[in-house]
Amino acid sequence: MFSLLQIELFKISRRPRTYIAFAAITAIVLIFQFAFKADGESYMNLMLQNVQDSFDLDKSKAINGYFMCYIILNTLLVQVPILVSLIAGDAISGEANMGTLRLMLTKPYNRSQLLFVKFLAAFLFTIFLLVWIAILSLFVSLLIFGADDMLIFRVKGDESQILQISKDDVLWRYFAAFGYAAVALTVIATLGILLSVFAENSIGPIVATVCIVLFFTIVSNINVPIIDKHVKPWLFTTYMVGWKGFFYIGIDNEGQPIKGSLENWPAIRNSLVILIAHIATFLGIAFYSFQKKDILS
Amino acid sequence: MIKNSTSLLLLLLLFNQQIFAQDINVLLANIKTKMSKIKDYEAEGQMKTKVVFLKLPVAAVKLYFKNPSKFKLKTSKGISFIPKGAVNVNMNSLFNEHNFTVIDAGTDNINNVKVRVAKLLPNDDNSNLVLSTLYIDPVNLLIIKNKTTTKENGTYELMMNYNKYSSYGLPDEILFSFNTKDYKLPKGLTFDFDDQSAKNPLSKTNKASKGEVKITLNKYSINKNLSDEFFK
Amino acid sequence: MTPIIEVNQLCKSFDRFNAVNNLSFTVNKGDIFGFLGENGAGKSTTIRMLLTLIQPTSGSIQLFGEALQQNRKSILQRVGAVIEKPDLYKYLSAYENLNLFAKMSGLKLSKDSLMKQLDIVGLANRSHSKVKTFSQGMKQRLGIAVALVHDPQLIILDEPTNGLDPQGIVDIRNLIIRLSQERGKTILVSSHLLSEIELIANRLLIIHKGEKVVEGSVKSLLDPAETIIKIETSDNQFAIQLLNKWKSNENIERKENEIHIKMHKNDTPFLIRFLTENNIDIFSVKHVNSLEDYFLNLTKSDTHVQPFTN
Repeated sequence: MFSLLQIELFKISRRPRTYIAFAAITAIVLIFQFAFKADGESYMNLMLQNVQDSFDLDKSKAINGYFMCYIILNTLLVQVPILVSLIAGDAISGEANMGTLRLMLTKPYNRSQLLFVKFLAAFLFTIFLLVWIAILSLFVSLLIFGADDMLIFRVKGDESQILQISKDDVLWRYFAAFGYAAVALTVIATLGILLSVFAENSIGPIVATVCIVLFFTIVSNINVPIIDKHVKPWLFTTYMVGWKGFFYIGIDNEGQPIKGSLENWPAIRNSLVILIAHIATFLGIAFYSFQKKDILS
Repeated sequence: MIKNSTSLLLLLLLFNQQIFAQDINVLLANIKTKMSKIKDYEAEGQMKTKVVFLKLPVAAVKLYFKNPSKFKLKTSKGISFIPKGAVNVNMNSLFNEHNFTVIDAGTDNINNVKVRVAKLLPNDDNSNLVLSTLYIDPVNLLIIKNKTTTKENGTYELMMNYNKYSSYGLPDEILFSFNTKDYKLPKGLTFDFDDQSAKNPLSKTNKASKGEVKITLNKYSINKNLSDEFFK
Repeated sequence: MTPIIEVNQLCKSFDRFNAVNNLSFTVNKGDIFGFLGENGAGKSTTIRMLLTLIQPTSGSIQLFGEALQQNRKSILQRVGAVIEKPDLYKYLSAYENLNLFAKMSGLKLSKDSLMKQLDIVGLANRSHSKVKTFSQGMKQRLGIAVALVHDPQLIILDEPTNGLDPQGIVDIRNLIIRLSQERGKTILVSSHLLSEIELIANRLLIIHKGEKVVEGSVKSLLDPAETIIKIETSDNQFAIQLLNKWKSNENIERKENEIHIKMHKNDTPFLIRFLTENNIDIFSVKHVNSLEDYFLNLTKSDTHVQPFTN
C-alpha cells in the first residue's frame, strides 16, 4: 500500500499540471501582497466605511501579516477547489484516458486499494497545497507586513461587526482554520475522484467538479431569505467557509472579546461533521461504483 | 456638648450655603487655579470600548498632557480605535483654549453628590465648541460631569470619578459617551460563514447608536517636565 | 497437459447486446494460443474478463486451476498483459514506466535488471526518453516489457501487432516465439489476422459475434488432408458431376466460376489427371488451407456461415 502511494505521489510530482496549481497560488498571493503593500489603505477605507467618522485608527498597523493572510484566504479558498479538482478529477479518468487504468487494474491489488491510494494522493496534494498557501500567505505576509492585532470585518445576519483579536491570540486560530480548510478541500477532492470514476477523460470530471462548486457557491451567496433558510443548509459549499468561524472570537457581556475563545464552536463542529459526512458519502459511492465498474477504456 | 455640636452643624450649614451661593465665576476660577498647578502629566491606564459593532479588547493607554493645551492619547501596543472626541477627556485644556461666557444653571444631583451646573458658551463664533456644560462638585472643586456639543463631532458626555489624584483634580476613571453612526458592510463583500445563529430584528433602531469608552487610570506622573516628543 | 486457462460457458452482455455468448475454451501450459476474430467479435471483452477488468454476466473462468474471482490477487501476480495499445505514462521515460509497474507488481528491481528487460524489447538505448517521443511500435514493445517485468507464467497479448510497421510485426512475432521456446511461457495472443496467428500459434480459437466457431490445434486445422483445392475448368457443371462419383458430395462446392474441393493436398495430381482424362480442360489450380477459408468466410459475411455448405 505504501509503495502504491509512493508511486501515485511520484506520478503527481512528475506532471506539469501539478505545478500549475502551485504557480497559480504563488502568483495570486504575491499580487495580493504587492497590491496591499502599495495601497492597502483604500481597502481599509472600504471596510471601515463611516467608522472613520467616529474613530481614529492607525491603518498601517491594521494592515499586518495576520490581516493579509485572512484577506488572501478569503479570496484564495474560493479558487483552490478548482486546483484541487484539477488533480482529483483526473485521478481515475486520467488513467483511463491514457490507457494505464487497465494496466494498473491487472496488477495484484484490489480496486478499493487502488482507489484509496488515489484518494490519499489527492488528499496529500491538497495538504501540500494548503501548506504552501500557509507559507506564502501567512508566514511571508508576516515577514513583509509584520505581526499585530487582527481586525475581522464581518457581516453577521443584519449586523456588521469589526472584531479585534490580540496578536498573541491569532496563530492558533490559523492552524485550526487551515485544518478546517483541509477537511473542506478534501470534500472537493473526493467529489473529483467520485466523478472521475465515471469518466474516461479528465476534462469532464474536472469541469463538472468546478461547475458544481461554482454553482453551489453562487447559490449560497444569493442572499435571499428563502434560499438562506431552505437551500443553503443543503449545499456543502455553505460549510466550506466555516474556517472563518475560528476568527469569530467569543464576546463577553460587556462586548469585549474573550481571549482564546470562539463565538460558536458547536456551529463549526457541526459544519465539520457535515463536511466529513460528505467525504464519507462521496467516497462510499466512488468505492461502490469503482468496484462494480467494467473497465472498457 | 449639645451646644457644641449644634454650633458645628450650624457652622457647616453656613459654610455649605456659602459654597452653593458662591458666584459661579469664582468657583470656576478656583478650579482653574487648582488645575494650573499641573504643568504636565503622564498617565497610564486601560481603555475599554463599548460600541455595538466594535468588539475590541481592553487596550493599555497612556495619556500625555502639557500646559497649556497639548494632549495625546496613545495606546501602548496593538491596534486601537480612538474616538474622535477623545481629546476632550482632558479638562485641563478647556480653560486655556477658550474664552467663555458662563451661565449659572443652578444645582443638580449626580450620584448623591450635590453639584453646581455651569454652562459655558465660547465667545468665539468660529469655535468648534458650541456649548459645554460642567457639573461641579463645589466642595472638592472637581468637575464630575461634562456635556459638550461640538460642530464636528456631535455631542458627547464625560463622567469622571476621582480618588487618589483628586487633590490635583485628575480623575481615576473617565467614562466617555458619544454618538456613532451605524456600521453596515454590504452583504456578500465578506463571504462570511453563516452559522444561522444571527437572528436579530432589532437592527432597525440601530441607525445611530451610543458608544462608550471607559478609561481607567491607575498611575499619574505629574510635573515631570514631559518632553514635547510625546505629542508628535 | 495442465490447463492454464479454462473458460466455461462465459457470457457477457452490455445492456441488451451480447458481447460474449456461451464461450468455452482451454489454454494449456506452454501453448501459444491464437485467439482469432474480426474486430468486435468479442475478443477484447473476453480478454478483459480474463483479467478481471470486466465482470462476466455468467459462466466461470479458472486460471492456473483456481477460480479467478476468488483468487484474483495471487492469479494476477502470475499474469502479464498488453491490452490493445498500451499508452503508458507519456510524461515518464521508458525506464521510469517499467520501474513503476515493477513496483506495482511488488518488485524492487535493480537498474541492471530493468535495463535488461528493456534490452529484450530493444529499447535499452532509449530507456531515458519520455514515452511521448516514442513511435507506436516502441510503445508496443515497452508495453510488452511492462507485461513481462514480473516474470509472469501466462502472458496475454491483445492485438500486439496492431498499428505496427512490417518490421515491427516481425519483431513482436519473434519475441513471442522466443518467450515460448526459451522461457516456457504460456501465451494467449489475439488478432484479427489469421496470417499472423498461424505463423506462431500451436492452438487457436476463432470466435464470431461472441460465439465460438472453432477451437483446435493449428496443425490439425492446417492439416494437408483438410486442404481446399480451387480449380477453374472448361465445364464446371460436368466436372462436378464427375467429381461427385469420385468424392462424396459434402466436400465439393461450386463457387462462381471455381470448384472448391476439400481433399488431401497430395491427391492433387490424381484430380487433375482424372479431369483431363474426361476431356475437361483445367485453367487454374490453387491450394487454400481450410483455416483461411473459415476465416475469409467469416469476415466476408455478416451471418454465421457454416463452411462448405450453402
